[in-house]
Amino acid sequence: MYYKNPSYKVFYYFNLAVLIGVSILCILPMIHIFAVSLSGKSAAESNLVTFLPIDFNLDSYARTFENDNFTNAIWTSVMRAIAGTLLSMGVTIMAAFSLSRSSVEFKARVFYVWFFLVIMIFDAGLVPNYLLIQQLGLINSFWVLILPGLVNVWNMILMMNFFRVLPKELDEAAIMDGASTFRILFSVYLPISMPAIATISLFTMVGHWNSWFDGMLYLRSQDQWPLATLLQTIVVVQDFSKTGITPEDMAMLSNRSVKSAQIFIAMLPILLVYPFLQRFFVKGIVLGAVKE
Amino acid sequence: MKNTDIISSTARPSTGRPRRAPFRKTWRLHLLLLPAVLLALVFKYAPMPGIVMAFQDFKPWLGISNSPWVGWDNFQLMFTLRGTVQVIWNTLLISVMKIVFGLAVPVLFALMLNEIRNMGMKRSIQTMVYLPHFMSWVILGGILLDLLSLDGIVNRLLVTLNLDPVMFLGEGNWFRTTVIVSDLWKEFGFSAIVFLAALSGINPDLYEAAEIDGAGRMQQTVHITLPSLLPMMVVVFTLSLGNMLNANFDQIFNLINPLVLEKGDIIDTFVFRSFQDGQYSLATTVGLFKSVIGFILISGGYYVAYRWANYRIF
Repeated sequence: MYYKNPSYKVFYYFNLAVLIGVSILCILPMIHIFAVSLSGKSAAESNLVTFLPIDFNLDSYARTFENDNFTNAIWTSVMRAIAGTLLSMGVTIMAAFSLSRSSVEFKARVFYVWFFLVIMIFDAGLVPNYLLIQQLGLINSFWVLILPGLVNVWNMILMMNFFRVLPKELDEAAIMDGASTFRILFSVYLPISMPAIATISLFTMVGHWNSWFDGMLYLRSQDQWPLATLLQTIVVVQDFSKTGITPEDMAMLSNRSVKSAQIFIAMLPILLVYPFLQRFFVKGIVLGAVKE
Repeated sequence: MKNTDIISSTARPSTGRPRRAPFRKTWRLHLLLLPAVLLALVFKYAPMPGIVMAFQDFKPWLGISNSPWVGWDNFQLMFTLRGTVQVIWNTLLISVMKIVFGLAVPVLFALMLNEIRNMGMKRSIQTMVYLPHFMSWVILGGILLDLLSLDGIVNRLLVTLNLDPVMFLGEGNWFRTTVIVSDLWKEFGFSAIVFLAALSGINPDLYEAAEIDGAGRMQQTVHITLPSLLPMMVVVFTLSLGNMLNANFDQIFNLINPLVLEKGDIIDTFVFRSFQDGQYSLATTVGLFKSVIGFILISGGYYVAYRWANYRIF
């Protein structure tokens, strides 16, 4: 009955207070930015805004959407997230299925596993990768945002482990009913793995949405940039000479509430998707980390 | 019926060992792997020969095949350049701090959260605490640059408490601290997940037995909870050792400015700037150095985790 002990009770409430404090601290910066984005220009510039908007108005959002570059960037990011996730999941699931077969059934499995393991650990580095993309002619192409990242070995391993844990009886029953390999994958394994697939898909989507470096490295013109890259140049970079920002953008930059609006718009999809993510990801993490 | 026997059924004396399936039975599995293998060959294996650039004096107009060979000169240059040594030192310092605190804080948080018995409260706290992990450093960079600027909300708070404003992102040592603390803030919740999972797996009988023997909560924690968490902590620690040279390019790149370059630059940002300045060979050299060391560290980490805690990834 340690919890009946009075000094423990004191500790308990102190503990609870600290935890609540810490969790509020985790969402406070987002709230601040949201408040600034809804505030009037003068209040925002003079730093009067803390956590509630002052001079509530939606001007910052209106001006953000007027900017073509911004709306193009949102579109690019959306396209990239959807196409990238679909293709990546397709490739990953197919490969993971094969890798999940036992080495008796699939002799070459060990070779393939090592093949993928090596890429996970060794990366050629920035320069060779850049030269390759150049030689492939993918510079300035939308597909450079998707193709290099299609093979994600971590996801493959997660999926593979998930498949391996499924009971052998499923396989055997399907085979007895005359199912081919493909049929087993699509009609038996796929429906049953929906939670795992959903988790990994959501993670991949968030990854694509947040990914900014490849856009900056491989896409020369601003109108091709995904949202994260555009945001990076507007919000973080102090050196404007490399970004080719137009005068209208410059006017926008100095306005703090507009910057906050842009940040918040970039955060929004993640915030929306987050409740769905939460339902699944704890299981997914544990699956990947805690082994038999 | 197709595929009734995955194992070959052609007549052969039985040796008691399972026969491996011939190609005509498994070609479909190979086919399923094909897209992944092709993509991996093109985007991951094809760049690898490019690392010979580290041994050349690379000129873009000459290309890889025609640039002069300089052997180990680039590596010698790399170690004598004060910039690179400083950068490696920065990387190691920041990384080690992140690894140590990145282990201690999530464990502490998991232990604290474990004491909460109200499930609803527990879940709300978890929801709020996982959130920063999903924000990108571009967004967080923007937020932090705003919050921590000289007239930002944090410094205004300090001023009202009669303290001097601090240049969190403008002064070398403060910059390192800010980097470590903000990374901690972002990741501690998410990193705690594996520990929370491990905690829920501890056999409650152990606690009951200890209770009967008169152990207080603190003693229970020290003698039951912590030892049960130890394997997981070891795994997380050895795996993060492999990442020691990484120190998060995303974060540093989005927070850095020329004022703190000396103390805040890490290997990856250095490589990137060398690349932007057209020093391809140096960038490749440093990158190769980092990749090789990283490879050794990661493989070592996985091996140790495998031997010590039976941690297998495949």
